[in-house]
Amino acid sequence: MKKRFDIVGKARRRVDGRSKVTGQLRYADDLFMPRMLFAKLLRSPHPHAVVKEVGIERARKHAGVHLVLTGQDFPVPFGIMPVSVDEYPLARERVRYVGDPVAAVIAKDEQTAVEALGLIEVRYRVLPPVSNPEEGLKNPEPRIHDYGEQGNIHRNQSYEFGDIEESLKNADLVFEDLFFYEGNTHLPMEQQASLAFVDADGKLQIASSTQNPHYLHRQLARVLQVPEAQIRVVATPNGGGFGGKCDPGGHEFVVSKAALVLGRPVKIGLTREEVFYVHRGRHPVLMKMKTGVTRDGKLTGMHLQTLLDGGGYGSHGPASTFYTGVLTPVTYHYPRFKFEACRVFTNKPACGPKRGHGTPQPRFGQEVQLDKIAEKLGLDPAELRLRNLTKPDSLTASWLKIGSNGLAECIEKVTAMSGWKQRRGKLGKGRGLGIACSTYMCGAGVAIYWNKMPHSGVQILLDRSGSVIVYCGATEVGQGSDDVLAGLVAEALGVEIGNVRCVTGDTGITPVDLGSYSSRVTIMAGNAALQAAERLRATIAGVVSETLGTLPDRVVFSQGKVFAADQPGAGMTFVEAVALAEAALGTLSAVGSYSPPKPPGSYKGAGVGPSPAYSFSACVVETEVDERTGWIHVPKIWIAHDIGRALNPTLARGQVIGGVYMGLGEALMEEQSFRRLPAKLSGALVHRAPSMLDYKSLTALDMPEVEVALIEQEESDPNAPYGAKEVGQGPLLPVMPALANAIYDAVGVRIDEIPITPDKVLRALQQKDKRVGPQSFPAVPYPEPTFVLPPWEDGDGKETKRDAKTAVV
Amino acid sequence: MRHSVLRSLTLNGEPVEVSFAPYKTLLEVLREDLGHTGTKHGCELGECGACAVLVDGEPRLSCLTLALECAGRSVETIEGLARGSQLHPLQAAFADFGGSQCGYCTPGVIMTAKALLDRNPSPTRDEIREATAGNLCRCTGYQQITDAIEDAARQLREKKT
Repeated sequence: MKKRFDIVGKARRRVDGRSKVTGQLRYADDLFMPRMLFAKLLRSPHPHAVVKEVGIERARKHAGVHLVLTGQDFPVPFGIMPVSVDEYPLARERVRYVGDPVAAVIAKDEQTAVEALGLIEVRYRVLPPVSNPEEGLKNPEPRIHDYGEQGNIHRNQSYEFGDIEESLKNADLVFEDLFFYEGNTHLPMEQQASLAFVDADGKLQIASSTQNPHYLHRQLARVLQVPEAQIRVVATPNGGGFGGKCDPGGHEFVVSKAALVLGRPVKIGLTREEVFYVHRGRHPVLMKMKTGVTRDGKLTGMHLQTLLDGGGYGSHGPASTFYTGVLTPVTYHYPRFKFEACRVFTNKPACGPKRGHGTPQPRFGQEVQLDKIAEKLGLDPAELRLRNLTKPDSLTASWLKIGSNGLAECIEKVTAMSGWKQRRGKLGKGRGLGIACSTYMCGAGVAIYWNKMPHSGVQILLDRSGSVIVYCGATEVGQGSDDVLAGLVAEALGVEIGNVRCVTGDTGITPVDLGSYSSRVTIMAGNAALQAAERLRATIAGVVSETLGTLPDRVVFSQGKVFAADQPGAGMTFVEAVALAEAALGTLSAVGSYSPPKPPGSYKGAGVGPSPAYSFSACVVETEVDERTGWIHVPKIWIAHDIGRALNPTLARGQVIGGVYMGLGEALMEEQSFRRLPAKLSGALVHRAPSMLDYKSLTALDMPEVEVALIEQEESDPNAPYGAKEVGQGPLLPVMPALANAIYDAVGVRIDEIPITPDKVLRALQQKDKRVGPQSFPAVPYPEPTFVLPPWEDGDGKETKRDAKTAVV
Repeated sequence: MRHSVLRSLTLNGEPVEVSFAPYKTLLEVLREDLGHTGTKHGCELGECGACAVLVDGEPRLSCLTLALECAGRSVETIEGLARGSQLHPLQAAFADFGGSQCGYCTPGVIMTAKALLDRNPSPTRDEIREATAGNLCRCTGYQQITDAIEDAARQLREKKT
């Protein structure tokens, strides 16, 4: 392992920085082609209805219209997860939310397409809508989908790792709390856009703002019934994704189909309102959390129940359902853990993956409950956390393998930075500090579809010019994936980063990478890139070692030079070394690939949650609360993030602060909420705020100063490239509970739901129990649990009979 | 058939003539008729600031400005900021300080910041936040944007002296 770095760890301009500040970077909607046509979608005004008839004759005859498509043109459904292929590009028999697309017009310009949409006549038979999971549980009919567990339950699951009732019975105290986390949306600045065309060779090409070109590629082939090799998906640089561009979108199939039919380029750019309907954002989740603890503050077990509002389609829902539980035991040691989760279909835009995917909701509950536990036990909340931390290289009760773990250092750092010990509880009336922690995966251990192939592949091409070209399917969504690739390759080959060019996210050119989701790029694409670069280095070293008078493994590549380790002043330039190798061996190229380690658990369902490594964060929020108005002001936030190693600290800090920003927005104001129109106005379930004007997010004026500590480890996590772990999602997660805990410290009210708005604070101040939050948890018909013994109870990671536990000490 | 109109304006210091449908916004004309796609659209409502450009030196939301209104006036966009291949100090600072992540809001923020620095060469951090409060950014958390503008202001002041 390299110990001294030329590039890694040095703050610098990201490789795509220049293109972004000059306006030269081409996002999907910036692409124009000769003879290009424009598509617009007609969307359902009803939350739930049978589509009886779609009359398109008038629209078709409208001057300037080239094509009108309906559900009849798309007989094959799509869905990003093989277990929920339940969506059509254009609805066929049923619409399931206000905004579900039913028809498309392709015309000479957008104006003409919009006019023609008004000429389409759709006859609907309106069905009663399901507005929330409780309603869905109560009303199994009509079913929103004809698949799923039962009635309107999409997914329903239960896992028990050791006898939970026993662990709660043996605890000195048992805490039972209810929490609710409202849904919210990604709100990327760039609305989704796609341009499809048939290229000069007759193949379909689509340039699209997608985070996952590989999955889109597969779904296009499926829906259009075109062989994958005849389709090329180019992920244009995303103007922000945050998970919102992970699912294939109906619009992507529409422009592709239209381009195939018409033989002309077809573009679509969604309006901001449409982006709210496409959604796939944070699931609203109701939670019940029962936690046992000993008098000296040791956790004995947790029983977690979650109820997810899935919206109208499956999307990533099966994974989201798992994620409302599986990462809960990664931060603290729970000797036993039970987790039940249920996702219910409702007639709202589908929920899916948003930054933190399924985990911010239970993390909020867990971290607020810990604050309550600490108070009851008379312990410093930071100390309570330190007493219960999971250890590095340990297993959780649920058989997740934790590698490096810097959470203790994060807590120590963030309490030191914020003056926690001196200042907490001493800031005076209306002011408070709160702490919370979190963890996140560095890539999902299992691909979305089952296969044995690598999760990421990289090819590097060198030539005598000294330029290094890195090909990888990873997709730039603003997080800096190109910069990660370029930085790692430049470090390994000892070249200037400016000599590295990344070609990414293009299924027609680049090796498969599964996409920009689950914080997987740094570890997965990064390791693949390192492997390819190290292979090239070995190849070159083998050729030049003789000239340098040394052994191949004593050849050093650094700062554009190649030399023998004991003769740093001599040697040759990298360009000369490449020329020698090219002369000796021919064209120089190498590939690398990465597959995550096999998870230790082997029970059914053990595939969700494992990751090659986990990042950890600890956050302290300071707040000032006005007891007359309920107004919440946040002057400062401190956060320490265990990143393992920061490849580019400028970028890493930016990810941390950006995560804090998005978390604080969720904590204070962001809501994807709905209301029913009065009966005389159709009674439909409509979005409260499908515009940037109504959907509130933080501005520069609302954003506090954030002090960031990047916690790096001396001992690199062996699964991470140069020890670098994720930073894109983790830092968002502790912010919401830290704020809730700070508000309690400030004015003594518990807001057990997100967002925490001034009206809730005022309401809580007036309540006898000083609390606002859910009052009850409905009877959810969770299934019998899959029972697995924890590692320390002689478990083997497989499902077992419950009475096997009698063997336990 | 809708009729187009022909109008002249100054775009990034150069005179241009452009023919466009009269209902079009400045944003649409810039992107679709003048090929200047550096200016972005984000909300169609004047809420996000991604489309901010300068009209006669003042920041304007081009999605709420009719192109017709700009006839005979001077429009500045992100494409006109660099001098040759040398980045404007604001551009360099945004790239160096991490003021730009996905980059989609960046042209609008930089143009807004330019208007600020043109009228106030030494803004405080609060004044910077106030001036850019109409530019939403979902990536950065604004801190590194403020850092970048502060640094660019310093560089511009040093250049003048």
